[in-house]
Amino acid sequence: MYVADSRGTPEAEARSATRPGPRSRAAAIAPTVLALGTVSLITDVSSEMVTAVLPLYLVTGLGLTPLGFGLLDGVYNGFSALVRLVGGHLADRGSGRHKTVAAVGYGLSAVCKPALLAVHSLPLIGAVLAADRTGKGLRTAPRDALISLSTAPEARGRAFGVHRAMDTTGALLGPLAAFLILRQAAEGYDAVFTVSFCVAAVGVLVLLLFVPGRGLAPAAPPRDGGAAPVPSLRAALALLSRRDVRRLTTCALLLGLATVSDAFIYLLLQHRLGVPDRWFALLPLGTAATFLALAVPLGRLADRLGRWRVFLGGHLALLAAYGLLLAHGPVYAVLVLHGAFYAATDGVLMAAASGAVPAELRASGLAIVQTGQAAARFAASIAFGAAWTAWGDRTALITAAVALAVCAATAAGLRPEATA
Amino acid sequence: MTTRNRVLILLTALAVLAAVATASVLHAADRAARKDRPQAGGPAVAAGTVALTPASGERKLAFRNMAWGPHRDELATVPATTPGGKRTASGVKCLRFYAAGGTGICLQAVRGAVQDTYRAVVLDAGLHELRHYALAGIPTRARVSPDGRMVAWTVFVSGDSYAGTNFSTRTSILDTRTWRLQPNLESFHILKQGRTHHASDTNFWGVTFADDTHFYATLATGGSTHLVRGDTVTHTVRTLRTNVECPSLSPAGDRLVFKKRVQGRSPDAPWRLYVLDLRTMRETPLAETRSVDDQVVWQADGRTVVYALPGDYGADLWTVPADGTGHARRLMTAALAPAYVG
Repeated sequence: MYVADSRGTPEAEARSATRPGPRSRAAAIAPTVLALGTVSLITDVSSEMVTAVLPLYLVTGLGLTPLGFGLLDGVYNGFSALVRLVGGHLADRGSGRHKTVAAVGYGLSAVCKPALLAVHSLPLIGAVLAADRTGKGLRTAPRDALISLSTAPEARGRAFGVHRAMDTTGALLGPLAAFLILRQAAEGYDAVFTVSFCVAAVGVLVLLLFVPGRGLAPAAPPRDGGAAPVPSLRAALALLSRRDVRRLTTCALLLGLATVSDAFIYLLLQHRLGVPDRWFALLPLGTAATFLALAVPLGRLADRLGRWRVFLGGHLALLAAYGLLLAHGPVYAVLVLHGAFYAATDGVLMAAASGAVPAELRASGLAIVQTGQAAARFAASIAFGAAWTAWGDRTALITAAVALAVCAATAAGLRPEATA
Repeated sequence: MTTRNRVLILLTALAVLAAVATASVLHAADRAARKDRPQAGGPAVAAGTVALTPASGERKLAFRNMAWGPHRDELATVPATTPGGKRTASGVKCLRFYAAGGTGICLQAVRGAVQDTYRAVVLDAGLHELRHYALAGIPTRARVSPDGRMVAWTVFVSGDSYAGTNFSTRTSILDTRTWRLQPNLESFHILKQGRTHHASDTNFWGVTFADDTHFYATLATGGSTHLVRGDTVTHTVRTLRTNVECPSLSPAGDRLVFKKRVQGRSPDAPWRLYVLDLRTMRETPLAETRSVDDQVVWQADGRTVVYALPGDYGADLWTVPADGTGHARRLMTAALAPAYVG
């Protein structure tokens, strides 16, 4: 459909800049994007309900001591990254596959909720959570590919922004829903899991009923390359030989290597800025609320100014957050910058990558970029933990800030969207 | 499929799923309501006056009453010599509790508008609140120094809502004479095998006081646990040995009973109770063979320890000799978080 524009050409950017006012643009959100946003919103309500009560369930419901449980997180995350690549690849093989793979992913996560009712030991609970994350890994790339394939290139930043805002809304509503259930039924963890399953099932149903399966994938070969690339593993890897894709992935990777993970940001807020204990659990809400508020405006800004600039700008916001942590700045400013970082990078990177990857390999391409970024961030969080142990939190943070500045300067020099 | 049909399918499914969801919540609510009614054959509980230094001079066992009925989760006492006797409930609800030297520490839940929170309440001997402090997470351990001046507690924190499974602990120490709070033991200077150690993955739990200055606790870092001896004045802790969790110091201060992670056990229940002689540093397993996830409490004679194990009403209290001999026996049902007072 939009294959002709799939390179994110300067013409596309220019066209978007000369478009009339916000009213007509607001009408242009594709129904598929809204449907996928709804699916994500519902699914996040379901999954965050479980996440919110899980600590309480393990400690008071099952009487388990969950310390050290987080050690396996790294393994799960690595596995999830691999699954994401597989999901992207499977989705590209044949028309209508995006929806199928996404549905399998959402479905797998949904059936994990009743499974939590049946298992009562840490290893089995860990296995169920791993399966849940596998579902998440599978669906991410095809879902993002569907968003990009159903949106004109010049509006993709906004489309991803709308999707991410809806997604975050769900994440904020989930814990509230869980709380209301536990208020009705003390220690009613089984009820939370059952309701969570029902909510997840609605999400899968909305996907099956309201997201089109066929007709989004391209029917015509792209203009630039002659024959359409056949969606094979080799073709997916060959994407990296494209200058745009390679540069974008390199930049996402470089910047990912200097990104301090959320958990560390909150730990630093407490260590360095003395956030009182009772506020600690609310810190992620500050980030999420800012992400929610800024996802759409920054997505639109990315459509106008160029995704790359906004993506880089997001990392400058993160750098400023590091600076405030070092200079003992106000807590709310760190959270706002942290949320702005997500709003300027999460969906925007996918919008940028969509422009660099041909439609036939869209899901694989997005999966490669996401996985590269996730792997780099994972490595960064291990390195940051080690630096903290060796030098203390201040020196570790200064190192991260210098690394981020260097990576940002290098990435700015590479300019994947050189023409934007 | 037409849009009309899609919407019809969705509405039908919504009705079915809403019915399932409602039924599950009602079922759970009904079950919760049953726990507020006394259970036939359960321990007798009556409201009464509970004091941490009983006037009669009679020694009592204070604990969180887990028996179903209107006094569930309340701090209660029984005479120390007849733990199966009638319980006196105080009206004060605690998730975790400990008392010594006329000072009580009660870690309790506070109902909020959008989420429940937790707080630590310091109680005087008449169970009147002296001060309270907000907690960062789910209460797990509480201790008071022998003379009642110093108080410590540990909570579970899961900070990052997206990680979900990544837990840490936070341990605080409070001086009830100056009301100075050290909110996080992680800010103490750590000497690991004599060398300064700083890491982002340090976690402390299970403080036990020797006196108002010195304490023992567990430090976890780099994937293993250490017994540490700490100082509340110089703000330092030193590691002594590995694989020691939730130490509890004997009344004479010469032995620690702790839970030790044993190879080859299920990851859910990996611990066994051991006693460590602090003079010889020799450790001996206690006769309790089940996995115990609790910080034990010593009886005054220094011969036996009391601890909680899962039971029909959440938890029962058990007792076992502290020297590795004898066998474990049930002290009382439906009780948690014991403390000998008076």
